[in-house]
Amino acid sequence: MSSKKMAIIATKGTLDMAYPPFILASTAAALGYEVQVFFTFYGLQLLRKDLSTVMISPLANPAMPMPVPMPVMVQMLPGMESMATMMMKQKLKKHGVASLQELRDLCLEAEVKFIACQMTVDLFEFDKSEFIDNIEYGGAAMFLGFAGDTDICLFV
Amino acid sequence: MNFDKEFDASGLSCPLPILKTKKALADMASGQVLKLVATDCGAVKDMQAFADQTGNTLLSTEEANGSYTFYMKKK
Repeated sequence: MSSKKMAIIATKGTLDMAYPPFILASTAAALGYEVQVFFTFYGLQLLRKDLSTVMISPLANPAMPMPVPMPVMVQMLPGMESMATMMMKQKLKKHGVASLQELRDLCLEAEVKFIACQMTVDLFEFDKSEFIDNIEYGGAAMFLGFAGDTDICLFV
Repeated sequence: MNFDKEFDASGLSCPLPILKTKKALADMASGQVLKLVATDCGAVKDMQAFADQTGNTLLSTEEANGSYTFYMKKK
């Protein structure tokens, strides 16, 4: 029996939006799926060696639960993003949710294939040495070659 | 129930109990039984789904004081 396949397009680079692709990719791999994740635009931040710059902002995010109601004027003050990120990371840890680093490592260990969008790398003038080593660089056609033959294809 | 290997995933949230189960099963022989303990209530349905999709057999699920014990027989 050939294995099922899943393809994910990861386009967001914030802490909250980084979880769905890594959780689904690692879990699908554990279920025996062959998985590829294509990182494009802001999603490329998730392939950096250093994930500490991946943050969450309460700004323009009215759905984010806050310990105390906070007016937008306060949310935009310097340091609020770092504070929100720190609080979110503490919350994730307290509830036993894996760190992004851990989930990404589990994906790689399970042979999930990560593809970085070459166009975005050029567009944002990223240095490839900033990214983790075991990834491939490619474009839309390369990704679609795999995605066209999958059972699940998601855009995150 | 007899088991060959044990793993405690208490305190870990989705998807870690599943990922740890997969890893724990990796170096076991076919027919051996893994005992897994978890406190994530979502793991109850996830472990069954894992078994259904991977062909391993979930022999039993027990609940006591918010802790879940699973016995998984490797395919």
